[in-house]
Amino acid sequence: MHLAQQQHTFEPKIFAFVCTWCTYAGADLAGTSRMQYPSNVRVLKFPCTGRIDPVFILKAFQQGADGVLVSGCHPGDCHYIAGNFHARRRFAVFRKLLEFVGVDLNRLQFSWVSAAEGGKWVEVVTDLTEKVRNMGPMTEFKELAMEEQWSGAINTPELKEAYNAI
Amino acid sequence: MSRIGVFICHCGENISRTVDVERVARDVGRLPGVAFSTDYKYMCSDPGQTLLKKTIQEQKLSHVVVAACSPRMHEKTFRKAVEAAGLNPFLCEMANIREHCSWVHENIEEATIKATEIVGMMVERVKKNRVLPTITVPVTKRSLVIGGGIAGIQAALDIADAGHEVVLVEREPSIGGHMAQLSETFPTLDCSQCIMTPKMVDVANHPKIKLYTYSEIELVEGYIGNFQVTIKKKARSVNEDTCTGCGVCMTKCPQKKIPNKFDQNIGMRTAIYIPFPQAVPNTPVIDRENCTKFKTGKCGVCQKVCGPGAVDFEQEDSLIVEPVGAIVVATGFDLYTIDEKPKGSPIKGYGEFGHGKIADVIDGMTFERLASASGPTGGKILRPSDGKEPKQIVFIQCIGSRAREKGISYCSKVCCMYTAKHTMLYHHKVHGGQAYVFFMDARTPGKSYDEFWRRAIEEEDAVYIRGMVSRLYQKGDKIVVMGSDIAVGVQVEIEADMVVLATAIQPQKGADLLAQKLGISYDKYNFYSEAHAKLRPVECATAGIYLAGACQGPKDIPETVSQASAAAAKVMTLFSKDQLEREPIVARVREAGCVGCFACKKVCAYGAVEEKEIRDRQGNLIKVVAYVNPGVCAGCGTCQATCPSKCVELDGYTDEQVIAMIEAL
Ligand SMILES: Cc1cc2nc3c(=O)[nH]c(=O)nc-3n(C[C@H](O)[C@H](O)[C@H](O)COP(=O)(O)OP(=O)(O)OC[C@H]3O[C@@H](n4cnc5c(N)ncnc54)[C@H](O)[C@@H]3O)c2cc1C
Ligand code: SF4
Ligand code: SF4
Repeated sequence: MHLAQQQHTFEPKIFAFVCTWCTYAGADLAGTSRMQYPSNVRVLKFPCTGRIDPVFILKAFQQGADGVLVSGCHPGDCHYIAGNFHARRRFAVFRKLLEFVGVDLNRLQFSWVSAAEGGKWVEVVTDLTEKVRNMGPMTEFKELAMEEQWSGAINTPELKEAYNAI
Repeated sequence: MSRIGVFICHCGENISRTVDVERVARDVGRLPGVAFSTDYKYMCSDPGQTLLKKTIQEQKLSHVVVAACSPRMHEKTFRKAVEAAGLNPFLCEMANIREHCSWVHENIEEATIKATEIVGMMVERVKKNRVLPTITVPVTKRSLVIGGGIAGIQAALDIADAGHEVVLVEREPSIGGHMAQLSETFPTLDCSQCIMTPKMVDVANHPKIKLYTYSEIELVEGYIGNFQVTIKKKARSVNEDTCTGCGVCMTKCPQKKIPNKFDQNIGMRTAIYIPFPQAVPNTPVIDRENCTKFKTGKCGVCQKVCGPGAVDFEQEDSLIVEPVGAIVVATGFDLYTIDEKPKGSPIKGYGEFGHGKIADVIDGMTFERLASASGPTGGKILRPSDGKEPKQIVFIQCIGSRAREKGISYCSKVCCMYTAKHTMLYHHKVHGGQAYVFFMDARTPGKSYDEFWRRAIEEEDAVYIRGMVSRLYQKGDKIVVMGSDIAVGVQVEIEADMVVLATAIQPQKGADLLAQKLGISYDKYNFYSEAHAKLRPVECATAGIYLAGACQGPKDIPETVSQASAAAAKVMTLFSKDQLEREPIVARVREAGCVGCFACKKVCAYGAVEEKEIRDRQGNLIKVVAYVNPGVCAGCGTCQATCPSKCVELDGYTDEQVIAMIEAL
């Protein structure tokens, strides 16, 4: 599979939050199979989709992500029995919230990619990149980057001290 | 201030071909906190690791990032090296710039930028890494083996002979699996029963093997070294302790016409039965669906004739919990459903071949039962329809296998060989008979295998026709087989008396459900996946679980036995230590902030969260907080994402680390 070397005016930033056991391994398989896909995606590895806090997604958008992918084991295949079920429920609610806030839900994709599905990983990443490229940059959250604290980062000495004192 | 060392690997040319590694090393060298950065041809090689260790000491590095292949490949290698240099292993991270970058992109500029960002992200992450102490857990030196085919039997015997207890669980009333059904085995044509039954008896008599037949795995909890397995022992209706195996009950049972699955339904059995005479254990079981007593309430003859009074109609399923430290999965295979499309399966059947409609179109395993001296015909090759000896027989290979359009693209590996075997057995048993084989090509790699196949043609008169069958239909008492001989380029038509289909090897039905209970992965066909296709072929990615036999992919007996012994060796390695080191990726509760809502406890699938009382010096209860048992925690982190007060943290994946990564991009 060779991608035409086209020049795009806009290269979206895509963050992928994935679990180690299925999707990360699936992405590894895409690599060992030498499949090709757009280079826009940055992968963050978690033990399980159950570990993925919605705050990370907000943080990613705030940090300039134009699209976010969350991907883990297929329902029923979770390495940790049921982590992906918890994730699914959590994100079902979270999507509603994002929608309410006014985020175009096309920027946030959930998928199941198993360790054997290198091809599916390529498909999911390629599709999301193309979709987001057509949507243009995501600007809404960037202003929020001003207000750091609520994201959970404790980065002033005063806050740190207060936090440790609890 | 951290002094981070960054090492960029070329991986020969695997990375450096598309990623400008020198530029990456230069650029990340400028990041705050990075004290040293370099690139090197092979980081994982001995000199590469020496470079890493030497630099840590010379440069007094506080953290390390190795940018190379996937951490699934070499994280352990580098963490070990870092530890040898005196740093805590968890202060080392890998940046995956091979599988996730150089191998999947072709544009050097794009790949280099991406690699730099990936490394930068890991640099920010590693700054927040904490020293983690290794956690040790005790090892229960008993093993569970699931499946009592030749794979499970071999693994169980090897482990038990090494002096460790084995719990062997078999779903059917007897152990033996498919090998017990075979007549004679390639490539030596020794009788399967003769080499199999002694091993089955060894299992039954071994003081270290606890055998549960007619049983299934209900639930698996725990982790490597410490599994708790719940086994469901189905009601046999016969008390195993008192039954002497005399068999009187079976001779008196009035239900005599029940198709015996072991004989591929061409032989008959009674309602109280053992599947075959050499069954282990030889305790019968009552098939409640077909038993008159269970259907109508009347009969009960078996109970009346049983001397020791072993028949027990009231017996119920029971659940037994067994603690084990390791698990060998050896659940074997099933044969492809030829005629119908299984429900919900993407696999299509071969309705056009008339299996199930034309009585004399049978599968390979049925032929094994016909050829078996202990089979329903006493080893005579007779047609199921009228009991006549077939004078012309047609074998068709690759039914289902290598047929992408039917849903299976793999080769079943054993059919070429067993079809050659079948033509020989036929030639020995039916004098003046003629065997034809339709085949795509013959795959006979294996010691003495090609010689065996040639013998079938050169000495045993089998006629091999290269090509597929397009159609077959019944004409009087003959089956007309139409196909093409692509070697000669002509159409062939054979009037056969019997047709044998070499059907594809598939995983057991429900293999996926068992995998889900065990938490192991499987491929799109439901064959279980090994941790590494080449270097870890008998281990699952899930620690403490090993694979043996055809459940992992089509295999013949020699391969199955080798893998079973290899799995047993892995189990013995695990049992050679009293304590096991485990990754310290576990959750920890910040007790000061915990409000005791126990949301974490509700979501923890492992029951790792306990309630802990906090008391003051006078012993007054102040509050109850959550406590994570580090021995039980599996490290999924679901609790952390759930905790409303952000008071439980997964070591190695803290919010700080994740946020640092996001902010780096
Ligand atoms: C027609 C035919 C002819 C063959 N001839 C030859 C030959 O001549 N020479 C040769 O080398 N190979 C031959 N083979 C291949 C051979 O049969 C296999 O290599 C061998 O049987 C694989 O053994 P196994 O233990 O992995 O699987 P199996 O024999 O399938 O045993 C698996 C066992 O696990 C049990 N089980 C399944 N699921 C569960 C569960 N959930 N819980 C508990 N128990 C479970 C099953 O009941 C079974 O007893 C032939 C195969 C076929 C189909
Ligand atoms: S159940 Fe009774 S009659 Fe039947 S084999 Fe056992 S001892 Fe004999
Ligand atoms: S990380 Fe939390 S939810 Fe997951 S196993 Fe450990 S205690 Fe349970």
